Amino acid sequence: MTLLCGSVDEAVSGIADGSTVLVGGFGTAGMPFELIDALVRQGARGLTVVSNNAGNADTGLAALLAAGQVSKVVCSFPRQTDSWVFDGLYRGGKVELELVPQGTLAERMRAAGAGIGGFYTRTGVGTLLAEGKETREIDGRTYVLELPIAADVALISAHTADTLGNLVYRKTARNFAPVMATAATTTVVQVRHVVEPGALDPEAVVTPGIYVDRIVRVAS
Amino acid sequence: MSVAEHTDRGPLTREEMARVLAGDIPRGAYVNLGIGLPTTVGDHLPPSSGVVLHTENGMLGMGPAATGDAADPDLINAGKVPVTELPGASYFHHADSFAMMRGGHLDLCVLGAYQVSASGDLANWHTGGPDAIPAVGGAMDLAVGARQVFVLMPLFTRTGEPKLVRECTYPLTALRCVNRVYTDVATFEIIGGDRVLVRETWGLSFSELRSRIDVPLERHVC
Repeated sequence: MTLLCGSVDEAVSGIADGSTVLVGGFGTAGMPFELIDALVRQGARGLTVVSNNAGNADTGLAALLAAGQVSKVVCSFPRQTDSWVFDGLYRGGKVELELVPQGTLAERMRAAGAGIGGFYTRTGVGTLLAEGKETREIDGRTYVLELPIAADVALISAHTADTLGNLVYRKTARNFAPVMATAATTTVVQVRHVVEPGALDPEAVVTPGIYVDRIVRVAS
Repeated sequence: MSVAEHTDRGPLTREEMARVLAGDIPRGAYVNLGIGLPTTVGDHLPPSSGVVLHTENGMLGMGPAATGDAADPDLINAGKVPVTELPGASYFHHADSFAMMRGGHLDLCVLGAYQVSASGDLANWHTGGPDAIPAVGGAMDLAVGARQVFVLMPLFTRTGEPKLVRECTYPLTALRCVNRVYTDVATFEIIGGDRVLVRETWGLSFSELRSRIDVPLERHVC
């Protein structure tokens, strides 16, 4: 059952201290800025945040980090020209980093959402990022075992939702959102438009509403 | 034996390096261009090449960079620069994007590098420095997934150290994955068994090149 929330603050209510939170977006494309701002106001602490990047400039994920609410970041590409908030916290030992290759990050969430207990991939074999992990020879090639990333909450953005939670996205703002929607106990989506059931072409729905728990409209 | 030795001119400019590599991309190939210098290869791929560009943040059929009013914050490349879509473009989510990569569906990727070894090992994600914040992005997935990996880089560092080496000293991105190396002074083919063939040189001869890097080189045979 999908709940249509009246505000972003209502949409993020109940997120507990110590939660694992998936945050959509690639750079700023698809980043759920309004939901993150609401999470800053809500104040949950000790969060593990899973996202491709570790924040840009001083808004979005960077604001959540600056507020001291994040104890661990799981991501593929923290270092950017404008990632000064993360850089400072990391160098000061204030936040833990788990670095994951980008495709492995996506697939670990996909596995969690699909009930898969792990998978073997060639990505990372022979590198620092595979150290200590189980490896296996399959058809003469070496693979490394990667485990699922399941989360308490996913915060994502989409272009349009119907009131059953079916989602469509826009261009490359889609990125991690459909995978994250499947991997969290509670999936919260901010959208630019909300329409009635029947208004979306069923052939064009990318994320079926079964994965979506809360939707909230934000100004486009 | 045939190495085209262009000793009547200096090394290639960055733009010329990108153009030389672009000229070797097969017609109609599905290609991913890495961040930085590799991205500029796209400037030398006319529509008549039929090359389809993949960007790992979820798109095939990526067009040139968007300027002015055409810039759309929802449409960016892996370097987070606004881009355009070409007719026939498609969008997909991140797990699909990397599945097509690891699954061997991409014909080619072009990557930058700190170092490439004679056996084709690639180091391009981390200097290993004590104060360096590591960032890997999609480099490891691309290096193992694309059917061919071309590296585009200057052959020497700013302090003159060769970047084509016997063994990489920087942390590895992937083992034995690089097929060709395009540089400002030569193009190399890595064919396995630590064998490196030189295809073409600019601004120096094959024998001069040989004296400047510590990797056994062979002449490319057409």
